[in-house]
Amino acid sequence: MQLITVAGPPSAGKTSVMLKIIETLQEETLRVGVIKFDCLSTQDQILYQKKGIEAKIGLSGNLCPDHFFVSNVQDCLLWSQKNNLDMLITESAGLCNRCSPHIRDVMAVCVIDNLSGVNTPRKVGPMLKLADIVIITKGDIVSQAEREVFAFRVKQANPSAIIVHVNGITGQGAREVGQLFKGAQSVDSLTDYHLRFSMPAATCSYCLGQTRIGQNFQMGNVRKMDLS
Amino acid sequence: MWDSLSVMTIKQLFSSYPYAADFFSSLPNLEQSEESSVGAYFAAIEEDTLQDLGIGRQEFLEQFLSFMLQMEKLKEDKVKIESITIIGGKDKQGKAEDIELTIHAGEIVCIVGPTGSGKSRLLADIEWVAQQDTPTNRKILINGQLPDMRCRFSVEHKLVAQLSQNMNFIMDLSVEEFVSMHAESRMLENIEEVTSHIIAKANELAGEQFNPDTPVTSLSGGQSRALMIADTAYLSSSPIVLIDEIENAGIDRQNALRLLIDKQKIVLMATHDPILALMGDKRIVIKNGGISKVILTSEKERGNLILLTAIDRKMLAIREVLRSGGHIDEIPMALEEII
Ligand SMILES: Nc1nc2c(ncn2[C@@H]2O[C@H](COP(=O)(O)OP(=O)(O)OP(=O)(O)O)[C@@H](O)[C@H]2O)c(=O)[nH]1
Ligand SMILES: [Zn+2]
Ligand SMILES: [Zn+2]
Repeated sequence: MQLITVAGPPSAGKTSVMLKIIETLQEETLRVGVIKFDCLSTQDQILYQKKGIEAKIGLSGNLCPDHFFVSNVQDCLLWSQKNNLDMLITESAGLCNRCSPHIRDVMAVCVIDNLSGVNTPRKVGPMLKLADIVIITKGDIVSQAEREVFAFRVKQANPSAIIVHVNGITGQGAREVGQLFKGAQSVDSLTDYHLRFSMPAATCSYCLGQTRIGQNFQMGNVRKMDLS
Repeated sequence: MWDSLSVMTIKQLFSSYPYAADFFSSLPNLEQSEESSVGAYFAAIEEDTLQDLGIGRQEFLEQFLSFMLQMEKLKEDKVKIESITIIGGKDKQGKAEDIELTIHAGEIVCIVGPTGSGKSRLLADIEWVAQQDTPTNRKILINGQLPDMRCRFSVEHKLVAQLSQNMNFIMDLSVEEFVSMHAESRMLENIEEVTSHIIAKANELAGEQFNPDTPVTSLSGGQSRALMIADTAYLSSSPIVLIDEIENAGIDRQNALRLLIDKQKIVLMATHDPILALMGDKRIVIKNGGISKVILTSEKERGNLILLTAIDRKMLAIREVLRSGGHIDEIPMALEEII
């Protein structure tokens, strides 16, 4: 079983790009499945299934989707083994720029789009900085100069990553990334694997469902801004 | 590398390697530490700060070294690309392409064929430097040789720059800021000079003039295209420029192409505009997913270019009449003469 974790900001083009990449892998008769992690709702499962791709959705509800991801990824692996998949791709929307689903010794991919602006690569945390492959999308609508500057900034943020451009609509570049995916490590069980980076401790009263605002209701891991 | 960098002060680091400042731009408290050594700076970063950055201390150090190494590499001179060679594979039916086409720096080659015929696959093969490992089984050589395969995945060795009609500037910057940001990312030293040169060139190409402090997002279609072409000619690191049409308004198309070939770019243009097509040295005809033939632009065709250009100018003049609210019930005599 090959495993690949894919993460990227909302609407970066993750689903579009994965669909194009998986199509090229299916041509080579590889069985690829996807598990999509999201917060509230998503139609992406249908998009995948339309292409004959096994797909499952994990909705994290009021949990951080990346926290939710780690608690479930081992079961996801079992699910794909049961379905005789050759490759499992997990897709998660990096919502807080700080959590990241990337696991040591598991191929890690970040999808990020040109429209998010040239300063974004500096702002995105470990989901970009610790990825093995960075896929840049939406190059078809910005100028060559912006594409070059954006790619340069991505390289600055993650100097050792492979940086590729893929068009989520036409699929340009997808075949080439598919070839890279074929080199992903095999994983039988994730027991004893480690996340590439620890997730922030999110155990304040609000994590536990508190909605009231005010000093009295803030408990646990609380940090105050410096407004002086 | 760490041995030599770690003993420098931050100040020395920035003066020897100006780009290093980018790495530190998102880090706190640099002002107080400019006199401290790089090694001491890294040792003193607090655990909380690392948590905020989302990275461990050791990885952070490695990232810094890797950053410095990669940025130094960007400054190295690259292999100059003098030619690319397309060695034919097969079309969608498996029929052999029987072709070996070499395109030299400074040449314009047009690609013609209906939508879906395989134009994008050809361009993708070139960009990927296909080695019989794509569906077309084509092979691409650089300077007549098997290329360094690193160019497939490296930002600085990217072969193809792309200019198409639906591309727009999205950045909230003035023309001057925009161009100099691009120049900075190429780590040039004479940024001001290059920037003003590019703006002047773009203004030559654009019908209407614009200023260095015009926001890029408020340029007209023709001005945007002119700036994109001038910027690509001077600042893009890619030796091959791929153009899909250039609209026939607000830009001097012939001079725009000339600028690119003067800068020794290889220009590949997907177009069905006869004037652009005849400006090319050759035309690749795509059918059924394969290259069906290559046509050399003949002297006779070139001769017709003059006529076509004259017709084109008339059309533009008529369009201008339309735009300024005039009547086009009478076609100017001269046009009838041409036809
Ligand atoms: N022009 C252009 N649009 C793209 C490209 N890739 C994706 N899109 C569009 O961007 C939008 C978002 O794409 P998705 O694939 O849904 O993005 P996502 O990252 O999966 O989004 P979430 O799962 O909601 O976080 C869609 O409308 C796509 O059609 C691209 O390369 N170019
Ligand atoms: Zn989170
Ligand atoms: Zn919380």
